[in-house]
Amino acid sequence: MAALRRAETALEAVDLIKTYSTGRNKPPVRALRGLSFHAARGTVFGLLGPNGAGKSTTVKILSTLSAADRGSARVAGIDVAAQPDRVRRTIGVVAQRPGTDPMATAAENLLLAGRLHGMSRRDARARAGELVDRFGLTDAAHRLVRTYSGGMARKLDVALGLMHRPQVLFLDEPTTGLDPQARSEMWDEIARLAADERMTVLLTTHYLDEADRLADRIAIVDHGTVVAAGTPEELKSGLRGDAVLVELAGAEPRARAVLERVPVLRDITMDGCTVRGRTDDGARALPAVLAALDEAGIAVASATLARPSLDDVYLRHAGRGFEAAGDEAPKGLEATRNPEAAK
Amino acid sequence: MTTTHATSAGTRPLTVLVHTALLTGRLQRTLWRMPTFLVIGLVQPVIWLLLFGQLFRAVADLPGFASGSGGFLEFLTPGVVMMTAMFASAWAGTAYLQDIDRGVLDRLLASPAGRGAMVCATLVHQAVQTVVQSLAVVGIALLAGARFPGGVAGVGVTVLAAVLLALVFSALSDAVALLTRQQATLIAISQFTTLPLMFLSSAVMDLRLAPGWVGAVAAYNPVEWAVVAARQAMLAQAGRSAVQGHLALLAAAVLVMGFLATRAFRAYRKSA
Repeated sequence: MAALRRAETALEAVDLIKTYSTGRNKPPVRALRGLSFHAARGTVFGLLGPNGAGKSTTVKILSTLSAADRGSARVAGIDVAAQPDRVRRTIGVVAQRPGTDPMATAAENLLLAGRLHGMSRRDARARAGELVDRFGLTDAAHRLVRTYSGGMARKLDVALGLMHRPQVLFLDEPTTGLDPQARSEMWDEIARLAADERMTVLLTTHYLDEADRLADRIAIVDHGTVVAAGTPEELKSGLRGDAVLVELAGAEPRARAVLERVPVLRDITMDGCTVRGRTDDGARALPAVLAALDEAGIAVASATLARPSLDDVYLRHAGRGFEAAGDEAPKGLEATRNPEAAK
Repeated sequence: MTTTHATSAGTRPLTVLVHTALLTGRLQRTLWRMPTFLVIGLVQPVIWLLLFGQLFRAVADLPGFASGSGGFLEFLTPGVVMMTAMFASAWAGTAYLQDIDRGVLDRLLASPAGRGAMVCATLVHQAVQTVVQSLAVVGIALLAGARFPGGVAGVGVTVLAAVLLALVFSALSDAVALLTRQQATLIAISQFTTLPLMFLSSAVMDLRLAPGWVGAVAAYNPVEWAVVAARQAMLAQAGRSAVQGHLALLAAAVLVMGFLATRAFRAYRKSA
């Protein structure tokens, strides 16, 4: 039974612990504090969390670039600490920072990657041609990468990770720094890849909508551990009910007390002119809310009803809003180690 | 479909050779795309040869200066070949620093390319440059009127010694780059080692005219080993065994430094 599960498990991390020393007389940074998760073969697994939560450290350990202090990890059933060489032959890595050689053309970058993975020159040429077509880089394939726009270079990064048809692909924040259109194109491409090439994808992101859109399962990471895991739907339905959001026409402290008397509404929070609540029956709650506020003479600018978002899930499990968590993170461990990513 | 690639990458020794060739090809191609570096790399040793040749010409007239049958230029040529090899290769680690900066090194480290192949590639790349530069220096010396009794064999030994010396310093530079990851530190360390090592050798000066301790220290200096082997071969001064002894010492130093550079990847990974 355990063996069967192992065969179906493409990625497995058990109690990973990683501490970085930051210099003499400074406290060490505890990047991972017992992080565990597993992802089934052929699925897209999302690690979601703010900067500094430990996502990139996890990817580095799973892709053999870094070694965990304690804990174990397996990729395609292979122990990363015991057989890093075998792991490297089965994975493709698209790191958070660009990893393309600016002094080479796209075709040269791709050919080198393929040949290092043991592809013949002929196979590598064919595959490179296929990938530049797929990512819309055909016209630029023989230009030096330093002349590329950010979006083009990012596409080439992903193409490089795919070159040798890896069993497991790591995508570390693939769309950070892309403009909205490039991001949406990249999403389409990742979704198509996961379906066509039937590989396992580990996606890290700090965009809630990205995880929601692409991942089959998600683990929410905060302060180096997984605080919640499941499918996006499971995580959202764990919250029970819909979110009610009321924008008042002006600040009105009485609103909270008024709404607490509406029977179908619970978990009411208020922030300036914004009142949030939760309900199991949105269709009845909304008219009741409007009626109660109207009766109390409180003017309403807008009232909306929404299915719970991953933001709500994050708020519940990490104890704070997603944006706030990103700001509070210790200026991102990842950010300080990669000055370019911080820009 | 992935298994086919996995098996073909399984034959180790051949794989290391193929990876070294691929990565060396990348470094050479990059150099060709920066013509400024090519030109400077060729012009600089020529300037040294002609500048030092003029500046120190009178040194050869000092009593006790053993410059063989020829003048100072004959004496100086092997010294400038080694200076050029050492100064150029002390920068070898810069390629790693650029790759670290551009994220290319991490991508290579997560690929099946071995650490040994990655070190070998920078070494082969430097060796090729050293061969070209050494021949350029000898060629200019010949044009300037120098004549070497050692003939083609002498030049061959000189190029070999220069390549070995370049490998020692390239490997050292690679290790420093991986351990410190700072351009400024790499510059400081290479300045701090190359200049004293050059002047603690007979590259530009006959050590019999220097204080005794300089000669004693020079006996342990790889630059001196290379200069002596090359000069003796070029000027046909000494027997074959003295030349071979110095070349063997250099080769041993290459192995030690190459091993250290490969190990430096371990430290790099640990702090990653």
